[in-house]
Amino acid sequence: MTTSKLGPVNNWEDDFDILDGAYLNNPFEIWDHLRNSCPIAHSDRRGSNWLPTTYEDITKIAHDVATFSSTQVLVIPFIESQSFSYENINPEVLGYGAPPITADPPLHTWTRRLILPWFSHKKVSEYEPLTQAICKKLIDEFSKRTTIDGATEYAQQIPVRVISHILGVPEDMTDIFTTWVRDFLEFADNSENRFNSIKEIVLYLIGVIEERKILISKGQHLDDMISFLIQEQNNNPEIDDAIVLGMSILLLIAGIDTTWSAIGSALWHLGKNPNDLLMLKQQPEIMDTAIEEILRAYSPVTMARVVTKDTEFNGCPMKQGEKVLMNFPAANRDPKVFENPETVNLKRKINRHVAFGSGIHRCGGANLARMELRIAISTFIDNLPDFIVDNDDDVIWAGGQVRGPRKLPLTFIK
Amino acid sequence: MKIRVDESKCQGHSRCYIIAPELFEVDDYGYSHSRFETDIPADLEEKARLACENCPEFAIEIAD
Ligand code: HEM
Ligand code: SF4
Repeated sequence: MTTSKLGPVNNWEDDFDILDGAYLNNPFEIWDHLRNSCPIAHSDRRGSNWLPTTYEDITKIAHDVATFSSTQVLVIPFIESQSFSYENINPEVLGYGAPPITADPPLHTWTRRLILPWFSHKKVSEYEPLTQAICKKLIDEFSKRTTIDGATEYAQQIPVRVISHILGVPEDMTDIFTTWVRDFLEFADNSENRFNSIKEIVLYLIGVIEERKILISKGQHLDDMISFLIQEQNNNPEIDDAIVLGMSILLLIAGIDTTWSAIGSALWHLGKNPNDLLMLKQQPEIMDTAIEEILRAYSPVTMARVVTKDTEFNGCPMKQGEKVLMNFPAANRDPKVFENPETVNLKRKINRHVAFGSGIHRCGGANLARMELRIAISTFIDNLPDFIVDNDDDVIWAGGQVRGPRKLPLTFIK
Repeated sequence: MKIRVDESKCQGHSRCYIIAPELFEVDDYGYSHSRFETDIPADLEEKARLACENCPEFAIEIAD
């Protein structure tokens, strides 16, 4: 098991490290332990960070946006000395970060409203045939084999293609996007790669936006989401170029690692639990509760908040500038809210999970993510109904901001 | 039984709509509204309770 580059964890109460191997592989036991010993843990690794583990604390913090600001949402912070003043990028281009996720009201409110209609149920159902076709094509490529890597050959390939379609960027960029997003979110301890990845994303999207602007000014009709933001600039002067860029960055990044992780976790679970796989095949009508349960039990996303003023929260002295990790995954394992939280029950009836967050930042792409999960899983089990995770030791989990399997050997039983 | 979505609490998680599209409609922004101002059909009461118990924002109110 790997220790993080900051050395072994002395104790989880006041020296936690979410990139420690034990946390990556099995954070559940650590949260259970903390809920009993110290429900809001603390660590001075990577700045001063608090780690709440109960549903009540996490949802309370998520709703107090005045005290807990979203202007710093990365769980592994950028090294302080680094700023966006390099080469040909004007630091002001990222003046707003990536709204709405890095914004507080009022900026949050109107930038969020701009994107929500793009992920309504009706709109999302338009992307369903495309998602189906992507999944089927991937499966056709490996269906004759006896083993595949369910993470890189399947799960990873789906969300990036769907979002590329929505943003109107070419499919042949998908491997590059995946590399950028992983360097930015997943390999966050390698600050040089991380810095380069965000730089590449910024430069690429600046190019895309410039190109679209020219086409639009020539009267071309473009119906992708980035072009929509550009066209909205005519209706709302508040949407300046930095807003268009920041929002495009978020839209490119937000749906890739997250949804891929959820699809991978679902396949891992089904490959480890043949009874659940059988039940899902025999009773496809439970798919909706199954998906919510997978999202609860294997919630991919942890976010961060920054404390805006000294405050005492549930006995913890939180100082201005310190960070709180929004541990939605731990909230979803809280025994006070979920009956037998450690049991994955695909028919769980009462499941108030917060895998998509809580409060005003509720995941904008939740409907899209759910649709992708549903299609990815059902297409897989319809075409390749019998598979197992042969050897759990070969599975590699990533974590930190986004948790999910990055290597997932699956064996088909024919 | 009457149901109501508290607009000040709803954040558009859509759980209610997935469970009971007969009872809730969601607008383009994802916010949910009850389809019924008066009593809901008796055979949907169980679904209404489920929707209420799955809403992560505690936004659905039920009055018997
Ligand atoms: C299973 C997959 C996904 C999970 C678990 C997930 C989780 C989350 C969470 C927890 C947040 C809240 C962040 C916070 O409180 O700071 C969030 C926000 C967001 N997500 Fe997702 N997400 C997923 C997929 C997607 C997809 C496919 C998109 C599409 C582009 C997307 C777009 C967004 C956006 C735009 C926000 C910002 C909303 C705001 O700040 O108002 N997500 N997501
Ligand atoms: S589940 Fe709750 S928050 Fe979500 S749409 Fe329904 S009422 Fe709103």
